[in-house]
Amino acid sequence: MNAPVKTLEERKSELQGMGDSRLRKEDARFIQGKGQYCDDIKLPGMLHMDIVRSPVAHGRIKKINKDPAMAIPGVHAVLTADDLKPLNLHWMPTLAGDVAAVLADEKVHFQMQEVAIVIADDRYIAADAVEAVEVEYEELPVVIDPYKALEPDAPVLREDLAGKTEGAHGPRDHHNHIFTWEAGDKSAADDAFANAPVTVSQHMHYPRVHPCPLETCGCVASFDPVKGELTTWMTSQAPHVVRTVVSMLSGVPESKVRIISPDIGGGFGNKVGVYPGYVCAIVSSIVLGRPVKWSEDRIENISTTAFARDYHMDGHLAATEDGKILGLKVDVVADHGAFDACADPTKFPAGLFHICSGSYDIPSAHCSVKGVYTNKAPGGVAYRCSFRVTEAVYLIERMVDVLAQKLNMDKAEIRKKNFIRKEQFPYTSAFGFEYDSGDYHTALEKVLDAVDYKALRAEQEQKRNDPNCPTLMGIGLVTFTEVVGAGPSKICDILGVGMFDSCEIRIHPTGSAIARMGTITQGQGHQTTYAQIIASELGIPSEVIQVEEGDTSTAPYGLGTYGSRSTPVAGAAIAMAARKIHAKARKIAAHLLEVAEGDLDWEIDRFKVRGNEEQFKTMADIAWAAYNQPPEGLEPGLEAVHYYDPPNFTYPFGIYLCVVDIDKGTGESSIRRFYALDDCGTRINPMIIDGQIHGGLTEGFAVAMGQQMPFDEQGNLMGNTLMDYFLPTAVETPTWETDYTVTPSPHHPIGAKGVAESPHVGSIPTFNSAVVDAFAHLGVTHIDMPHTSYRVWKKLKEEGVQL
Amino acid sequence: MIPPSFEYHRPSSVEEAVGLLSSLGSEVKILAGGHSLLPMMKLRFAEPEHLVDINRIPELKGVRVIGDDIVIGAMTSENAVIADPVLNAKVPLLPEAAKNIADPQVRNRGTIGGDIAHGDPANDHPALALACDAIMTVVGPNGTRQVPASEFFLGTYWTALEETDILTEITVKAFPQGAGYAYKKLKRKTGDWATAACAVVVALSGSSVSHIRITLTNLGPTALRAYDAESILMGQSINDDLIRQAAAKAMEICDPAEDLRGDAEYKTAMAGQMVQRAINEALAKAS
Amino acid sequence: MAKQIVKMNLNGQEIEQLVDSRTLLVHFLREQMNLTGAHIGCETSQCGVCTVDIDGESVKSCTHLAVQCDGCEVKTVEGLAEGGVLHAVQEAFYEEHGLQCGYCTPGMLMTSYRLLQDNPNPTEDEIRIGLSGNLCRCTGYQNIVKAVKSAAVKLQQKESATA
Repeated sequence: MNAPVKTLEERKSELQGMGDSRLRKEDARFIQGKGQYCDDIKLPGMLHMDIVRSPVAHGRIKKINKDPAMAIPGVHAVLTADDLKPLNLHWMPTLAGDVAAVLADEKVHFQMQEVAIVIADDRYIAADAVEAVEVEYEELPVVIDPYKALEPDAPVLREDLAGKTEGAHGPRDHHNHIFTWEAGDKSAADDAFANAPVTVSQHMHYPRVHPCPLETCGCVASFDPVKGELTTWMTSQAPHVVRTVVSMLSGVPESKVRIISPDIGGGFGNKVGVYPGYVCAIVSSIVLGRPVKWSEDRIENISTTAFARDYHMDGHLAATEDGKILGLKVDVVADHGAFDACADPTKFPAGLFHICSGSYDIPSAHCSVKGVYTNKAPGGVAYRCSFRVTEAVYLIERMVDVLAQKLNMDKAEIRKKNFIRKEQFPYTSAFGFEYDSGDYHTALEKVLDAVDYKALRAEQEQKRNDPNCPTLMGIGLVTFTEVVGAGPSKICDILGVGMFDSCEIRIHPTGSAIARMGTITQGQGHQTTYAQIIASELGIPSEVIQVEEGDTSTAPYGLGTYGSRSTPVAGAAIAMAARKIHAKARKIAAHLLEVAEGDLDWEIDRFKVRGNEEQFKTMADIAWAAYNQPPEGLEPGLEAVHYYDPPNFTYPFGIYLCVVDIDKGTGESSIRRFYALDDCGTRINPMIIDGQIHGGLTEGFAVAMGQQMPFDEQGNLMGNTLMDYFLPTAVETPTWETDYTVTPSPHHPIGAKGVAESPHVGSIPTFNSAVVDAFAHLGVTHIDMPHTSYRVWKKLKEEGVQL
Repeated sequence: MIPPSFEYHRPSSVEEAVGLLSSLGSEVKILAGGHSLLPMMKLRFAEPEHLVDINRIPELKGVRVIGDDIVIGAMTSENAVIADPVLNAKVPLLPEAAKNIADPQVRNRGTIGGDIAHGDPANDHPALALACDAIMTVVGPNGTRQVPASEFFLGTYWTALEETDILTEITVKAFPQGAGYAYKKLKRKTGDWATAACAVVVALSGSSVSHIRITLTNLGPTALRAYDAESILMGQSINDDLIRQAAAKAMEICDPAEDLRGDAEYKTAMAGQMVQRAINEALAKAS
Repeated sequence: MAKQIVKMNLNGQEIEQLVDSRTLLVHFLREQMNLTGAHIGCETSQCGVCTVDIDGESVKSCTHLAVQCDGCEVKTVEGLAEGGVLHAVQEAFYEEHGLQCGYCTPGMLMTSYRLLQDNPNPTEDEIRIGLSGNLCRCTGYQNIVKAVKSAAVKLQQKESATA
């Protein structure tokens, strides 16, 4: 009996390819408690490492007494910088061209810095041993404020750099100066300002925050002394780069180093860097010849692993009287903490901050970023954003609002007036970025209509005129453009390795497939969405496509997952690898059907002979033939590897609108409405996109409304547990409304741009715009984040509007 | 974060527990819900040699009615307080306010007695106990004694409990007929302690106030009762102006510690806000 | 070291184990019993990724001693599915995309499971309050709330099917 003939639509939908809200392949293990995260790994004979940390932010180590710790039964070793010195591992290179102490070498530079490690039978004994190690410090003057760090008589923080007038990014003009980096055309910008009828300036601090994934960092290092092989399970967003770094540091050949990123409990940029804990666990395993586990606790995670932001920014716009922007200037003082350990492409010490001309056609622009050492933890990562793009978007969106206020223009109108127009793409910005595609006007109109912007403004007007109204109402609007998908390896590299990404696909004889990738999912759903790309490209059902990532011994080399680069770079690698297979499959199909390749048409899951619908070969037929009867001159098998070096970045954009009501009595902000329209180009899995947007908006909400890492004058980080550090619960979190337009990227094989970070990047200035807007009628142009009730109340009081 | 070693004891009666507290020396702590003590131990701020777990002493749990008295076992969990029909009918402030304490899981473990005995001014039950004129029953090596809430809280982490004492019961009376009540708590997020909080119980006779309690959480070294604020309202027919005056009086007794929630000025101002809002809400419920 | 014998019913099995007094329940489950579903996130009882069910109540196992479970019935996420059949909350989290990195998921599931036992037909507000002891950094909770609503419907349908 013949099976009923399926329609094209049925065949397409059975593939669950691109555009399908396919349920996630990875969920089965997670909902049954069978995920395998780093701390779940248990090896025979495994020891536990814990870290002795400095209570002071700046000090000289006078003495370390290991004896009381060594006397505890079950303690195997206590190691300090002096023990690592003979191995030359007491310092390590950072991604930013600086060095960082692995264990404090004579001096500590920030509170909670790693001073010694203990290795014990279990984590309880290790914790006791940490308490027992005695360290004496001589306290030194502490510098927390980066401006004060640059004063002539500021304490010298990095004695190890004494006399070094040249850093990795040019001259150093002060002992606490790291680099000054510039982009754009200064004289053109200066000219624009000199001749402009209107200029505005605003100082703003984007506070230091922490990505704070629910899983902290950790690793299990296992060195096999017999084989000389090192296997390390690690919470890493970039296992291949880690392998290269570990090999360089340890001297173990890269072929004998295996880094495995198992399931990762959220990354958000926190798990990009190589931390002292990893290095120490690896060293301990090599020294002791046994597996060693290190699991960070929450206080350690917030206090010492990569923070984000901490940019002190001065923005300036020059414009015509009717609001056309003529020039942009930005000066930034960037607090990098004690070591420059920013995770940025090598040539960009301020990341892609020069995307700060935003969605606007600005003829001249210049920015300058000065990196500074302070007595704070090192880091400076993309917390759910491409490199420093969050800071850039915040800056330009704030400045456009400030200009609108100065000119008494509506913030939607001024944006429409300055948008890069649809027909201008590809558009080269004053900073030299080539924006791939966009249609900002259409997207903005869609949002303004959806929320009835006019009615909101009318309501606000009425409330402002009512002195008895218990709330202030604010409307925030942001129209952002991101730059993601780093990046073209001619300009982007990490430690000299170009920022390509990779994919290897093997089609098995029976038509199922495996794809291995250089990226690593941390919740983005790669195992689901990558399969969808292959399904659409090759006509193989998603369900039979396995996706593997994170094991450097099996996956092709890739730069990892951060900066929204998985879809723009690895997603492209998948499509390109699939197309190589597709090309070979066409040859095999032609051979099987005994026609010329040019006589074949591809249709969903098969090659058809043009003009003869009945004659076709499905990809499953072709796979079998590839292993069974390949055409003469063609290698057997059906697989391909592709290393994709993107020709350009991608430029997702979005239009976000937020309505906030502020309680005049308490300063509490209530998010009444948040409408988020995202354009990430081609949409692979709408369900997953929506989920990513919900999550990004929620993290943005946390940053804007509550996250802070306050330091006292002694350099103590106040609030380093989740009792204080703000992670909103389901109660505080607003309900999100999402929408989209689709403007594919013209240079990306499937037109996709990346999405997970847009909602974080775009929402933060939106919340800020809304809170400031609530005060705008009082002449307020800017309020620094976070907008905690306390800080907002102080503003209410200052403006005399508190109840 | 790992707690230091200790010996674990699990008495099955109050008598046995008091005996253990007396015999184990000074480095002994009572383990009730554990959500204050265990984190302190994990941070090594507390390193007791012995823990006496009083979770398995049946007589310390549940709510009983004895004549006019409503007797709440000290080890009654917050969620049990929230669900208790007697409390909901007769002292509804307690279940209402308990919903604002910590989070759902913590409320399964956290107990009314643990919250009170800790002496932390940031805890919510001390101010609630003051608002309810609660009587604390304390059992020690020398027997049982009763301490009114007004004499129980002596300072930060300092109460009328001796080291060898156990708080066993909290006794309250039913609210006056038709009394209104409210607990207004300003906090940064779910699970947080109060930036400022106020409990109000008010009863009316006709339109004038016949009974009033105004108490404050986390606004001084102990929970506070705002006597002067109460006096402004007692016997009066309440209006907005009187409420503002009462709030101003309550603010006068505030002496909050500065922390990440805010400085003293903000917290005191928030005390004023919470007092006004609590009075209004309580009045709306009063009949 | 002060070790004690602890007996408990763990996911339906009677077990007897020697534990140190200070061993936290979450470490006992993960390291001694090899049940790694309950995770460790904050260690100060804010995040709820360690949530398990003890005698019918949701408890944060990072702030609970293993010795305190003597004589108790303890259920972890590994005990949620019965006879190879997923529980309705597990199905619903999958269907509604209620998880991303999966780290909070076991705790979310255990809290949701108990929430629906106690309140079979919760409102959105009740769900949000009921889950307010569990943090998630990935989902923004919106799909988790949907999942719990959906699980409530599934459970009611199962209930009426067997009635």
